[in-house]
Amino acid sequence: MSTLAHVFEAEGIATVALGSIKNQIESTAPPRGLWCDFPLGRPLGVPLDPEFQHRVLSAALELLASSEPVFAEYDVSIVDDGTEVMACPLPPRHDPDAHPAIDEANGLRPAYERAIAKYGNRVGAGRTVEVDGITAAIGAFIRIADGVPWKEAGVPGIPARVSQDIRGYYETAALALSDHAPSAWAGARWFLDHTEAGNVVMSARQAMADAGEKQPVWFYMAPGDR
Amino acid sequence: MADSDVKAMTAGLDRIEFEETAFTTPVPLNEAKVAIVTSASLHHPDDEDFAPADTGYRVLKAQPRDYVMGHWSPNFDLTGFALDINTVFPIDRLDELVANGTIGSVADEHLAYAGNQFDLSAVRLDSGPAGAKFLKEQGVDVVILTPV
Repeated sequence: MSTLAHVFEAEGIATVALGSIKNQIESTAPPRGLWCDFPLGRPLGVPLDPEFQHRVLSAALELLASSEPVFAEYDVSIVDDGTEVMACPLPPRHDPDAHPAIDEANGLRPAYERAIAKYGNRVGAGRTVEVDGITAAIGAFIRIADGVPWKEAGVPGIPARVSQDIRGYYETAALALSDHAPSAWAGARWFLDHTEAGNVVMSARQAMADAGEKQPVWFYMAPGDR
Repeated sequence: MADSDVKAMTAGLDRIEFEETAFTTPVPLNEAKVAIVTSASLHHPDDEDFAPADTGYRVLKAQPRDYVMGHWSPNFDLTGFALDINTVFPIDRLDELVANGTIGSVADEHLAYAGNQFDLSAVRLDSGPAGAKFLKEQGVDVVILTPV
């Protein structure tokens, strides 16, 4: 962001850059920078809260009145303590012959469709794996977790991108199963720690790491602190 | 897993240092045309998805607001944008600022870059200036930059 700020200013466009990581926005020093201590992925702070978003924008736009480079800190923090998890009822087992993760993913399909109808497909399936292919993608990761080399497991794309589609499918479905806007990362924690598919993704990632696959191939299948 | 843990991973990343800080004084805000430039790799569904190390940009039309997340990093929350595009791309809020006279107008076209770049030289020397030229040709005076 800050690189673009410098470039745009040099081309004659005034900028104000929002930043969520303090040391990053301080060290890259955009001409006008506003550090907002908000979780990653939420630079305006709170979804579905226009008043909050307007206060952030107002603070940002105020920096345009400065006659010289300026850095400011927004006066409200939103801190994720790493504990909140979305409370989403998972579907009961339907097909006892299916792998639990595949049965689970199939069971979430109605919720996914309801969420897509309500919000649109903003983060769900479709980057590499369309929604009809999600269970097959999970199947490929099950095979990796069981010891099949990833290149022989039928992964329908770059593993990180496939993993994003699975996570996006689940977190989108979760929106239809929750009665409130979740706090940041609560959906990711629900997927990674509380679903069968999340367990499959993490197990496949670990299996690839243990097999000595190149780190970039498996690392980005989950957030980097995992 | 906490947000602070993920942010801490960025501590050792290389930065581009600019010897001088370019600075443009804008027209009065209530006369300014404002655009959003995001590093969230947003794009319209029918536009080309971002590649893993894509240094280019995508044009985000003001309508339809069917933006999808094309970012390759798993290191941010998804649900905020899934619920409300304005959490990342506050275009509805800009419309409201036009309506109440705070800003002059909103650009018809905005830009998205991919923030997951380790080598920023192409953005600095090529796609960044090209994006600025694109916005200047629209008469954009002010850009709000948003990350994820």
